[in-house]
Amino acid sequence: MPWIEKQRYIIDFALSSLMRRWKKNIALVAVYTLVVFVLASVVFFTGAIRKEAKAVLEACPDIIVQRTLAGRQDLIPSGYRDTLGRITGVSAVRGRLWAYYFDPSVGANYTIVVTDRPLPKQGVVSIGQGVSRAIHAGRGDTISLKGHDGSYLSFEVGALFPGSCEFVSADLIEMSEKDFRDLFGIPEDRYTDMALSVRNARERVVVSDKIRRVLPDTRPVIKEEILRTYDAVFSWRSGLLLVIFTGAILAFLIFSWDKATGLSIQERREIGILKAVGWETVDIISLRSWEGVIISLSSFLAGILLAYVHVFFASSTIFEPVLKGWAVIYPEFSLTPVIDPYHISALFFLTVIPYTVATIIPSWLAATLDPDSVMRL
Amino acid sequence: MGVRKSEMLMLYLALNLLACTVLLFHAFISSESGSGRIREERAFVRSLGLTDICLFTEASYTRNPAVADRHTSFQDSPMCFDHFPSGALVALPPHLNRHALD
Repeated sequence: MPWIEKQRYIIDFALSSLMRRWKKNIALVAVYTLVVFVLASVVFFTGAIRKEAKAVLEACPDIIVQRTLAGRQDLIPSGYRDTLGRITGVSAVRGRLWAYYFDPSVGANYTIVVTDRPLPKQGVVSIGQGVSRAIHAGRGDTISLKGHDGSYLSFEVGALFPGSCEFVSADLIEMSEKDFRDLFGIPEDRYTDMALSVRNARERVVVSDKIRRVLPDTRPVIKEEILRTYDAVFSWRSGLLLVIFTGAILAFLIFSWDKATGLSIQERREIGILKAVGWETVDIISLRSWEGVIISLSSFLAGILLAYVHVFFASSTIFEPVLKGWAVIYPEFSLTPVIDPYHISALFFLTVIPYTVATIIPSWLAATLDPDSVMRL
Repeated sequence: MGVRKSEMLMLYLALNLLACTVLLFHAFISSESGSGRIREERAFVRSLGLTDICLFTEASYTRNPAVADRHTSFQDSPMCFDHFPSGALVALPPHLNRHALD
């Protein structure tokens, strides 16, 4: 077909033209690929982590009831368990005991939990892989934790949580209720908060309202709110991710603006010569469009591929220092890949289309001028 | 007859698209195999009654954002709205925005 053959010749010419300025164009493709890589990495990472968090936390308690005292969270009396248990729709109430523990020897924060699971005996704990790495402790080793009264309590590491659960367990230490109360000095009639099971999932909001009426000094958090938390936390429209996103978009806009605001004298002269030898304005626009498409599409595809490898094969290595912050314990986990066509299309329209349009406009302006005056520049 | 530049470009773009297809296939396969791990994690969350994932361990309000206190991030020191780097990453959970809850 003549049209296709003509376009192939234009592409040949466009590639020769790009190769004449290969240093500039290689730099352009590198920057462009980097911008797409950063944006796509953020999108892949947040998408995957949101999906994973939602899937995993589906199993969290139906309602958590915290007690607030003088505007702060406080320990909840065990007597509240009976009151909560009497609310219609509530099938079970469990007092949860959990706390944070800062270990000054390694500068790490642990989350200490008490569960209903049987531990071999008192003084035996199970620890997460992150804790094990931080203190170099394995099964059978002894760890010492400083109690509320300043004395040290020793615990034997009975087991390590499986590495496959590190996403939820890296900093956990599980111990018996008695050990927990001895360590933190928490009275027998107090819990950190209460976990409620509700018979009918659709009644959670109603039960939550009842709890607020019956126990005005409490704050219920329902499962939907817990799940929404992670939707908000890892939304690419929030937090530092938005800053990264905005930074990359701004860099890209400056980059496109620079391209759109003018051609170099050499490029203008080239357009003048092409017009003088008989090229039509539409052919020149076609040539410049192909140049834009070649650069933007190659960079886009390379950026997407690199981002996928970075997030799903290299465990988001570049993001790790940002996510880790000052924390000593950071989980080693791999995310299940998620590719959302909506996000890929959004990235495509945010990067490829503006750049291609930005390359066409100045060429069209130059192509409509008299070839003689363009060549004399 | 030598290979034309346009053919080289088409080949390059085709290879890229092939790589993208392979990754799509990888994503599909991994979601199948990843579901086993997620089931294991879900069972772990259920048995321990957990409410949060363990990603940011440096501050209580980023370790457990779902059950965080609304005021925690302002307690670290005066003139210091957020002490920890992860505080800049983690947005306020939506339910803490609702005054009716407190």
